[in-house]
Amino acid sequence: MSAQRLAPFEEIVERHGATVLRVCRAVVGAEIAEDAWSETFLSALQAYPQLPADANVEAWLVTIAHRKALDQLRARRRRAVPTAHVPERPAVPAPGLDTELVAEIAALPDKQRQAVAYHYVAGLPYDAVADILGGTAAAARRAAADGIAALRRTYPTTAAERGTPARTHR
Amino acid sequence: MSPVPTDLSDALTSPDDPATLDRLRARLAGTADDRELLDVAYRTLDSPLGSLLLAATDRGLVRVAFAGEGHDAVLQELADRVSPRVLLAPGRLDTAARELEEYFGQARSAFDLPLDLRLATGFRREVLEQLRGVAYGTTTSYAGLAARTHSPRAVRAVGSACATNPIPLVIPCHRVIHSDGTMGGYRGGPAAKRTLLALEAA
Repeated sequence: MSAQRLAPFEEIVERHGATVLRVCRAVVGAEIAEDAWSETFLSALQAYPQLPADANVEAWLVTIAHRKALDQLRARRRRAVPTAHVPERPAVPAPGLDTELVAEIAALPDKQRQAVAYHYVAGLPYDAVADILGGTAAAARRAAADGIAALRRTYPTTAAERGTPARTHR
Repeated sequence: MSPVPTDLSDALTSPDDPATLDRLRARLAGTADDRELLDVAYRTLDSPLGSLLLAATDRGLVRVAFAGEGHDAVLQELADRVSPRVLLAPGRLDTAARELEEYFGQARSAFDLPLDLRLATGFRREVLEQLRGVAYGTTTSYAGLAARTHSPRAVRAVGSACATNPIPLVIPCHRVIHSDGTMGGYRGGPAAKRTLLALEAA
């Protein structure tokens, strides 16, 4: 159809690849983020010709990333040796995303972690976050706010320890 | 909503290292090809005529484009007319790139590449099929080329088939000139056509 003009997929990877990688790192940790990223873009590539040309591509990609991240976590838990206290989401140094922050995001409850990733990392509005997580936009907003509040309790300290003065917000 | 401290907000949106993304993108192109999801692979090639865009489907080379055509516009055209599953994937074009480099280095006079002519239909396609028989270092006229088709009087239509040749260089539309010896047009510009004819005459 001549009316429908989807950009070449390479442009989609160019424009959104970095954001999707940050989202994957925030949601599943650096160790399996790259597999989640690859599965996300392969799945997106497969479905791409059917995407309406006016769709919100970023929300679409984050929705796929959410599913693929859950798949990766489930696969990881199946493989995991059941011992007393296995850390579910190990914090591995991730170039580009602050190591301390990755560890602290990993410690958040699932909903809060996902809401923070999709709203603050991917920049999606709360109604789009709610579409991905289920529930209302207000609930997504609360989960993200709770997550940020928890991160704020610890993150400025770690920033100060590195010699970066933690800025207070107005 | 509680505002996010600037350092936290910066950290959440910090840029990723390009090296990781390049590696992931290369891996994506390879896996997409393995899973038969790579409908159009492309790469660019530096040449004496400027940067060339090469694109291939699973059937073969489908497009060669000059810089003057605008590579972004050509990729969009491929997305529209072939498939939007378009990725930078140089591997599929290794042979085409090598043969073109040999051609420009005067080490090759014929291409041995699978071609996908889907961007040319009907009479234009027939013209391109005939064009493939015009040998290196020779020229023919638009009228002469028309004479080899089912419509020997369709000289103007032959001209437009050459002008819209989706795989220039490999399908040698530069070897078609006017009956009076003047050059005629070329998708890559008249200077490119002169350069190619000089290269082949040397």
